[in-house]
Amino acid sequence: MSDYDVIVVGSGPGGYVCAIRCAQLGLKTACIEGKDTLGGTCLNIGCIPSKALLHASELFEESNHNFSKLGIETGKMNVNWSKMLEYKNDIVNQNTKGIEFLFKKNKIDLINGWASIKEPGLLIVNNQKFKSKSIIIATGSEPSQLKGIKVDEKTIVSSTGALSLTKIPKKLIIVGAGVIGLELGSVYSRLGTDVTVLEYLEEITPGLDKETAKMFRRILSKQGIKFILGAGVQATKKLGDRLIVEYSLRNDKKREELDTDIILVATGRKPFTDGLNLKKVGIELNQFGQILTDENLKTNIDGIYAIGDVTSGPMLAHKAEDEGIALAEMLAGQSGHVNYDIIPSVIYTSPEVASVGKTEEQLKKENKSYNVGKFSFMGNGRAKACLSADGYAKILSDKTTDRILGGHIIGPSAGDLIHEICVAMEFGASAEDLARTCHAHPTFSEAVREAALACGDGAIHS
Amino acid sequence: MTEIRVPTLGESVTEATVATWFKKPGDSVAIDEMLCELETDKVTVEVPSTVSGVLSEIVAHEGETVGLDAILGIISEGDIQPTENNNNDQKISSISNDKIQISNDTKDFENAPSAKKLMNENKINEKNVVGTGRDGRVMKEDVLAVLNSESSTNRSENQLTDQIQEDEVDTSKHQERIKMSRLRMTIAKRLKEAQNTAAMLTTYNEVDMSSVMKIRSKFKEVFEKKHNVKLGFMSFFVKACCHALNEVPEVNAQIDEDHLVFNRFVNMGVAVGTPTGLVVPVIKNADKMSFAEVEKSISNLGKKARDGKLSMDDMKGGTFTISNGGVYGSLMSSPILNYPQSGILGMHKIQERPIAIDGNVVIKPMMYLALSYDHRIVDGKGAVTFLVRVKEMLEDPHRLLMDV
Repeated sequence: MSDYDVIVVGSGPGGYVCAIRCAQLGLKTACIEGKDTLGGTCLNIGCIPSKALLHASELFEESNHNFSKLGIETGKMNVNWSKMLEYKNDIVNQNTKGIEFLFKKNKIDLINGWASIKEPGLLIVNNQKFKSKSIIIATGSEPSQLKGIKVDEKTIVSSTGALSLTKIPKKLIIVGAGVIGLELGSVYSRLGTDVTVLEYLEEITPGLDKETAKMFRRILSKQGIKFILGAGVQATKKLGDRLIVEYSLRNDKKREELDTDIILVATGRKPFTDGLNLKKVGIELNQFGQILTDENLKTNIDGIYAIGDVTSGPMLAHKAEDEGIALAEMLAGQSGHVNYDIIPSVIYTSPEVASVGKTEEQLKKENKSYNVGKFSFMGNGRAKACLSADGYAKILSDKTTDRILGGHIIGPSAGDLIHEICVAMEFGASAEDLARTCHAHPTFSEAVREAALACGDGAIHS
Repeated sequence: MTEIRVPTLGESVTEATVATWFKKPGDSVAIDEMLCELETDKVTVEVPSTVSGVLSEIVAHEGETVGLDAILGIISEGDIQPTENNNNDQKISSISNDKIQISNDTKDFENAPSAKKLMNENKINEKNVVGTGRDGRVMKEDVLAVLNSESSTNRSENQLTDQIQEDEVDTSKHQERIKMSRLRMTIAKRLKEAQNTAAMLTTYNEVDMSSVMKIRSKFKEVFEKKHNVKLGFMSFFVKACCHALNEVPEVNAQIDEDHLVFNRFVNMGVAVGTPTGLVVPVIKNADKMSFAEVEKSISNLGKKARDGKLSMDDMKGGTFTISNGGVYGSLMSSPILNYPQSGILGMHKIQERPIAIDGNVVIKPMMYLALSYDHRIVDGKGAVTFLVRVKEMLEDPHRLLMDV
């Protein structure tokens, strides 16, 4: 039985970052993980493996479609799927091992097993008691199920199974046009799969700036992904070798059927709190099963905290990380803070889609008058040279004060470009501030600056 | 809607502090009516309205630092609000409260995240930190500067007992913390700069004021009648100094890096106390002026100084300064140089004292004189000679006429 200052339950990006920061700030820290490897969903079956497959498939796509334009003649390119999976697994391994190293370096005790909270200050793992002044629940989330569809991770898969299919399917139906569905859809579409996305709502990527979502859908369609919007999936059935998805359109109740090899259910994720014994301890959840926390990330029970996907807010690794750091600082007596208004979100397709702050729809709803500064990558020399001139950078700024309220980028490296807008927003900068900042030429980032210029006297190259 | 912006403040002045708003949000204003007053390093500037209308919003509040062209407030044109005669006070205050709330929100930027964290942890109010970031954002270094100044005071307090520390906490309740005005900060900076740079030294002498007083009372009325200005003591001192400076030019010189710059003219700075602090307007080419011209010039600049209407030009280019502590009753003091000038004459109170003349004790109206000088330029001999010359000319003003 050991006494700790902090025990973090879960070693995902929220948990491991929190544990490291706690240790760095001088707290005696342990982290409990039930799985064999550290890193949680993000590193094992989420962000990292999907980015590995996105990278590999994007290069394959590039070599097939753009190399000849660039004067590179390679002949027909082939995919060695098992090799590609091997590369992906290797990347995952390197990353999870990296966290083990960081734990050792920071003298964090790793407790292997599934945790149950007995009472504030006391955890049970493998029938062993662990005492800690503070308990941090960072158990993350798991794919949510859809009524009428049973995921077997073989032919009907969640994102987890989709990252390790035994072969590249001929046909893939994706239920849900969210970030996960579109990223994995892109992977297989590039590798030659016939991909159809069924989305219940009338537009893909709900919550994204509408204009951006629409443009995104057009670009993906051009790449060969089919979309059926307003489609409610009713059931799946197997007829011999055939796998069939039944759906009906919202505006006409007629049932439709689609044949497929694989169905990917990507309709969202839900908090994972199994076995934590939350009910007995009396920890309050909201209607979505998320743990309720106050502004200090504390649950309704003193000494028990929660961060990341298991709480409310966007289910993003970086949100969890920031909460982990803020909480560690608070527990160490510092002032920790997460600015929930400025959390970027990125879709790692090609082109990437990134956004931060308010969408036009939100601003309209808030009755705020705003300027729109938009600049197409068509006018960006670097993007043209890279044959990736699809998309635009868009900045929304307050009509009177010019303060940046939101940024939406669809285009090359959008996920990296968004951050200068984030930094500017942290300082409450005006679009002009950003426009007055020198940007190197030729870079993609010039498009962001031009968008900022377009909020004022106008972009130069449009 | 018209934005009222910070006007051009003068050469090399890039920021100002909002001193006073003459209008409240909701007040109607006429074109050219004064809206607010800005304080810069040197002068206060009144900002007039460029349109007539209603002051709908104050963007830069009193005490805030504003840069050139920053928005001070917003005037909505035309619709001057009907003001009912029977408006009770409560109604007015509730309206202005609302407006003030709105205008508070218009500081539309954030302080640095790192600065916010530091201020939180150390319970520092943003108002007590001077933001040096763009638009006055508080940066981490700004908070650290406040913390450093606090910790240096704490260090000495550490040695005190807990009881005394408790008392200290108590006294803080009886203290008032007021942000330094721009003028006060400039005074502080300039004085310290002088002390840190010059090799400052003071020489003293005393002067029998009988002759000056006699001439003054003799010509007082006729002088005022002819020149429409009173004959004061200052013109005697200014003229005496001009002659002495001519004789000892290094007191009228300054150092510019590795050069000595001798001024062949005298721009005489005259320190004037104002309600907000000390300012030093300059009488240009005082050496070429008559007594009457000097007096007029002093009277003119003094009035401007008290009204806070001195312009940058009025204060630029001084080569020597006279400071009169006597008006406050000072008997003896060592003035600090008005850097980069290398000499400053301190005048003091005229007091009847017994002195020995030709072996007899007589009572004379005496004044101590002090000359602080930059020993890097001025040698002891020069400084003493200068002061003796001033003394001689004041004790026998005929010398002024003869230039001897």
